[in-house]
Amino acid sequence: MTPKNALVVTAEPGVPFVDSVREVDAPVADVFRAYTDPALVAQWLGPREMAMAISSWDARIGGTWAYTHTAPDGNAYGFRGVFHDVTPNQGIVQTFEYDGFPGHVSLDRVVFEDLGGRTRIVNHTTFQTQEDRDGMMASGMEGGMAEGYERLEELLAKK
Amino acid sequence: MHDTESDDDRLDRAFLALADPVRRNLVARLSRSSATVNELAEPFPMSKQAVSRHIQVLERAGLITRTRDGQRRPCHLAPAALEELTSWIDGYRLAAEARYRALDEVLAAMKTANKPRDE
Repeated sequence: MTPKNALVVTAEPGVPFVDSVREVDAPVADVFRAYTDPALVAQWLGPREMAMAISSWDARIGGTWAYTHTAPDGNAYGFRGVFHDVTPNQGIVQTFEYDGFPGHVSLDRVVFEDLGGRTRIVNHTTFQTQEDRDGMMASGMEGGMAEGYERLEELLAKK
Repeated sequence: MHDTESDDDRLDRAFLALADPVRRNLVARLSRSSATVNELAEPFPMSKQAVSRHIQVLERAGLITRTRDGQRRPCHLAPAALEELTSWIDGYRLAAEARYRALDEVLAAMKTANKPRDE
């Protein structure tokens, strides 16, 4: 199995940034739709074991977004923000805030690079402080982390 | 999101400790072999006292430990602490990867819907 479309994540010490790059086997127009059409967003954003309810996804300049993830144990996690910039087939800049950590708003920039039928998705997230970055990521990723390992195990089991 | 308060504190200290380039260099040097403060201070254009202070920060963050060997007090890298730092990034990476796999599926379904005759 070759590591096709490998994800690269960079979180350097001393800066409040997280960068990631991932390629997908789809044209840039499809990727843009998957990021802006709430019916499609609901199918991929967030951990698989959580129920995803989008209450707003107005992907245009100044539009708001909000969704809630509900875990099997009934705990709900709300997230919201504003679309600062939406450039068709090129990229999106939006704010991000977790309801459980109010006031700690991060800025997500995603750029879609057209590779001709394929797309490179380049993410750059700026947190207010490095502490925000570390705290937010360490707590927010637990669900996804468990799922990631599950999927990794599935993958390895197939080999 | 359970009782990770102390884990979070430890991670905070570790990341803050590694926010300094000199301390990252010290960690890199110790990843090759244990060394005394004198040996660690050698390549740096700073006083032994300054290096010693950096060592103390790394020690408080749980990234290195010191033992006694006669007159020598060598520093050692604490592998468990570094592993924790690495797994922090790995955890994020796995969560992001899971999200992208789901995105892959959505994009594949869109492709089929858009061009049913496409191969």
